Amino acid sequence: MTEEMIIAGFGGQGVLSMGKILAYSGIMQDQEVSWMPSYGPEMRGGTANVTVIISDERISSPILANFDTAIILNQQSMDKFEKSVKPGGVLIYDPNGIIKHPTRTDISIYTIEGAKLASKMGNPKIFNMIVFGAFLEVKPIVKLENVIKGLKKSLPERHHKLIPLNKDAITMGMQNVVKASI
Amino acid sequence: MGEVKLMKGNEAIAEAAIRAGADAYFGYPITPQSEVIEYLMVERPEDRTGMVVLQAESEIAAINMVYGAAGAGKKVMTSSSSPGVSLKQEGISYIAGAELPCVIVNVVRGGPGLGTIQPSQADYFQSTKGGGHGDYKLLVLAPASVQEMADFVDQAFDLAFKYRNPVLILSDGVIGQMMEKVVMPEQKPRLTNDEIIERYSDWATVGKKKSRERNIITSLELDPYRQEAHNLKLQEKYKKMEENEVRYEMINCEDADYIIVAYGSSARIAQKTMDQARAKGLKVGIFRLITLFPFPKNEINKLADRVKGFLAVEMSAGQMIEDVRLAVNGKVPAEHYGRYGGVIHSPEEVLAALEQKIIGG
Repeated sequence: MTEEMIIAGFGGQGVLSMGKILAYSGIMQDQEVSWMPSYGPEMRGGTANVTVIISDERISSPILANFDTAIILNQQSMDKFEKSVKPGGVLIYDPNGIIKHPTRTDISIYTIEGAKLASKMGNPKIFNMIVFGAFLEVKPIVKLENVIKGLKKSLPERHHKLIPLNKDAITMGMQNVVKASI
Repeated sequence: MGEVKLMKGNEAIAEAAIRAGADAYFGYPITPQSEVIEYLMVERPEDRTGMVVLQAESEIAAINMVYGAAGAGKKVMTSSSSPGVSLKQEGISYIAGAELPCVIVNVVRGGPGLGTIQPSQADYFQSTKGGGHGDYKLLVLAPASVQEMADFVDQAFDLAFKYRNPVLILSDGVIGQMMEKVVMPEQKPRLTNDEIIERYSDWATVGKKKSRERNIITSLELDPYRQEAHNLKLQEKYKKMEENEVRYEMINCEDADYIIVAYGSSARIAQKTMDQARAKGLKVGIFRLITLFPFPKNEINKLADRVKGFLAVEMSAGQMIEDVRLAVNGKVPAEHYGRYGGVIHSPEEVLAALEQKIIGG
């Protein structure tokens, strides 16, 4: 199994940390991982993206032009990465703020109302974990228990009390991802 | 085996310096290598091993602190990115001239000038042909993974002390910024002052007894005949490096018709190109340079007897290609491909270049 993906959105949405949690989850199940951020002069509100690869085999290039999955969280990223999904691949996006919706018919497209659900759950910070849950529902490449293990490992001890909230957010995402009809 | 961690290349190099038993790190922040000094500041190695970490007032100050510490027989490292490494060149030339050991890390970004903060491999000439003045060479190691960022630090220190010469770890923004699995080497103890005196009393400026002559650290010798003799000694040393320290990795070269020569992040990208090419029935292999100086010219020359062509892939306008062409010596075509100025070529672009420039041509 090799999953090559891009997560792209605004700085501050938790794009890079979602990728990091995914990479940690891969390590927890003994897989090879790579996490390559775009590290331009990014800031809160600027664009941010990260290429994450999880594989059973040694990973060659951390730099990719085409992806099995794209998680897209703003319009700029949609413009840039819709065309980079491999035929037969998956595109997951939050329709909040998207003006031009994806139109490709050779890929599977899903929506997750991450921003709305996060504010409903009373904590906009868990937005990225809701989206992450949507991804795991569509592509269960890492087990939830390994995600939790990964969180325990990557978060400092003082933040471990937030793990149940993160778990709830993932579940919320899993339950609310919708296949889009093009 | 130690614990598997997820780390950035820059963090791995910082942790590896502590574990190599380094005595000191002097640096100045610059993207994309600032995580080296950030990690060291957070980790406080002075509490772990007594290692000194200091943010100097400039890159020039940092390299001259390295010069001083190295003269006292200390294991010392500095790191920067391209514009900062340019500033260090005077100091590096002095350290090479004075024959002192140290480790310098360059996490390369696009140039020239302040250029961009995005990855690049356009500092190959500066690294391998003597970036400062005078006839000198650095031993240059090129890591292609976060694991190698960690492993090469200790190796670099060993080589630096073996040859009493600066060793450069030439990385780039991709390898510095990416996170991968890494297993850290075991903690080595720092040498005590007595051990340093015992081992390095023939050159270091420490532990002079009455019975011993003073050791003088200098790169100045005004008598041209003596300076020439010193230069001959240096050249002899660089020749020994060429005889003993050439390192490379060959991937699928046994049956290959075409060879991609690359180092660092380009070597990783090229491996995916190789997979894509082989899926199309094209027999492509990778010759990955691990040492850039010494350059594996004999090995590439031998390969040229049995392959149809070489593509040198590097994020530059064509620097390493010159050494590849010298090694191939006209036996078969050797061409260059690379994006630059901070743009990273994709595996698909490399494949297209290979098909167009080498296989088609």
